[in-house]
Amino acid sequence: MTAASAMPAPIHESGPRTDELVDTRMVLWHMVAAMVFLAIALLAGFFYSMQFLQHYFLPKWEIFSPGRWRMVHTNGVAYGFLANAFLAGLHWAVPRLTLRPVYSRRLSAFIFLAWQAVVLATAGGLVLGQAQALEWGETPIWIDPIALVGLILVAVNFLAPILRAEGPLYVTLWYFISAFVWTVLVYAMGNFLPQYFVGGTAAGAIGGLFIHDLVGLFVTPLGWGLMYYFVPIILRKPIWSHGLSLVGFWGLAFFYPLTGIHHFLYSPIPMFLQHGAVITTIAIELVVTTVIVNFFVTLANRGDALRTSLPIRWFYTGMVFYFVTCLQCAFQTTMPFQRIIHFTDWVVGHAHLVMMGVFGFWLLGMMVYLFPRLVGASGWYSATANSWHYWLTMLGTLVMFLDLLVAGLVQGYLWKELAPWEQSLIASVPFWLVRTVSGTAIIIGQFMFFWNAWMTWRTAPSASPSPAGPSMSVRPATA
Amino acid sequence: MFESKSGIFLIAGLGFFALSFVVMAVLPWAIYAGQPELTIPQLAENGIIPEFVDLAERYPDRFTQHFNKPTYASFAEALKLGHKVYVAEACWHCHSQFVRPVSNENLRWGPVSNALEYQNVLQRPVLFGTRRVGPDLSREAGRRSNDWHVAHFQKPTSVVPSSVMPEYPWLFDGDGYPNKRGMALITYVQWLGSWRPEYPYFEGEAPPWADSLRPAAPSGMANAGPVADVVGAAPKEVVR
Repeated sequence: MTAASAMPAPIHESGPRTDELVDTRMVLWHMVAAMVFLAIALLAGFFYSMQFLQHYFLPKWEIFSPGRWRMVHTNGVAYGFLANAFLAGLHWAVPRLTLRPVYSRRLSAFIFLAWQAVVLATAGGLVLGQAQALEWGETPIWIDPIALVGLILVAVNFLAPILRAEGPLYVTLWYFISAFVWTVLVYAMGNFLPQYFVGGTAAGAIGGLFIHDLVGLFVTPLGWGLMYYFVPIILRKPIWSHGLSLVGFWGLAFFYPLTGIHHFLYSPIPMFLQHGAVITTIAIELVVTTVIVNFFVTLANRGDALRTSLPIRWFYTGMVFYFVTCLQCAFQTTMPFQRIIHFTDWVVGHAHLVMMGVFGFWLLGMMVYLFPRLVGASGWYSATANSWHYWLTMLGTLVMFLDLLVAGLVQGYLWKELAPWEQSLIASVPFWLVRTVSGTAIIIGQFMFFWNAWMTWRTAPSASPSPAGPSMSVRPATA
Repeated sequence: MFESKSGIFLIAGLGFFALSFVVMAVLPWAIYAGQPELTIPQLAENGIIPEFVDLAERYPDRFTQHFNKPTYASFAEALKLGHKVYVAEACWHCHSQFVRPVSNENLRWGPVSNALEYQNVLQRPVLFGTRRVGPDLSREAGRRSNDWHVAHFQKPTSVVPSSVMPEYPWLFDGDGYPNKRGMALITYVQWLGSWRPEYPYFEGEAPPWADSLRPAAPSGMANAGPVADVVGAAPKEVVR
């Protein structure tokens, strides 16, 4: 039982063929869309960071207002890059794990087009000044219902094969099922309640819940689900402990939704709720440790894969960062830390480590693994470019994180000491410069990756994949 | 149960989310449910801020064109539009509206924020903020003159050389005077905290221009002042 459910469902000789199951074209389309939006979001972040150095490139243009492009940066990452890359991963993994195709291929294509329209409309709306004052949910309010319908369609499309699947349910699918339910509920709650039904401080509590649930109940379960799928396949060995997988999933499911208010500590939200949110946040760190232990013991005796398999390197670097970011979280949500670091760049560094260093890395690793397969190439065009991509992105993210961490402490203590406000700006400038430079390294790395992907595609034996996708067995492929 | 579809769907998916929703959302919602939420006209009728009247006197032609006269209705309109600009330009991503009871914030900004201050429509969704690149603005009312804000929105470094705030030329007419959106944003920012009894003495001492702007005692001004009183106040000479 344990062994069976700890591995993807066994393949029968008479089982369905891959091209009947997997809509490879959708995987590729979503992946390309993810790359395009990642490029836009990164450039938006770079532009915005130049404002902090008093050298914004287009200061006189209303549609290039730096504040608006900050929202394009964050929303582009969340809804353009992460969501598209997750959909690519779902299209690849769910039919393989369930041995069932998605509900409807036409629906898949419709979702693809509709989602790109939603992201583009969001970016356009933000740039034209129609933002909603909800962090990570700045999507103009007229787009919110459309995006919600899109999320429901995604849930239907992927829950259909999962609910029809037979036999024990693999860990990945636990995470996916709950993620589909949560994402719809979280999006509806966060975007509609504070806008139409709840005002004031209570809406702040809901806003905090939304920010954190978006990370914890949409991004995190999809990310871990994909890790539970890809890591055993590439390492060709099962996850070490099924029991720890259970602890990790149910611990996350219980504690993660209970942490939202930790975003507004020392706010007028009742203190007993704030203290409760702090305790659940620390509890999460314990749960996270079990998951990390599970994955690192799985890697035991296969440590060479970190060197030989680029996807594994991306995945496990992301896991180290995940542990760091969760450990940081357990400290930074305590009251003594909050006194200093709240409202500072410390939090910005934390957000970058989570979004780029963890989930970005996992999805980039997934792209590195899948992309040549999708375009029918035998491997990447340039291994050197891939290596540069990894090191530039990894070092850029690490430096940016550490830089903003220290910047936050400097700012926090200057504020507490009642130094003139301008002094906290002057003291921050060197850190902001390092932030821009490290961000530039990340951007150069990504563009090398995009170029590499383009060349891989162009030089692939079949210039574009056939509608049915490359003929490939359902059997796990090697890295 | 722990590995079945229905267990995961119902317990983890729906159940745990519902639990968190009750604890983290319904509970604070219920706690503050009894507090009325003020509408924008109600906020305006709490008292037109003198800075709004000052805009009318400083830019008479343009003000008349945009807002006609400083009345409750036009003040409400300015607050609403100013709030819209504040959200559209993502001001709240770099300026908080939330004074914490720690880290000497009450000394720097003024009184600690309380829940009732957020019970109004202009806090939908609430503007606690997320990062403080620039100062907290919840006690900004009357702290600086309208002239200062005009210069600052046009070119922040002209008044604060180390400022990293963007320039907002689209809030101004071609000749450098604030347009409708510019006046509305200045009104909104100058209004933030004007409901406090301490206004404009947030830091325990009056700004240098306070006496010239308002002859009455500060405590008498809060939540008071029908428009005639304000309009009929002593001539306003802004000293910086």
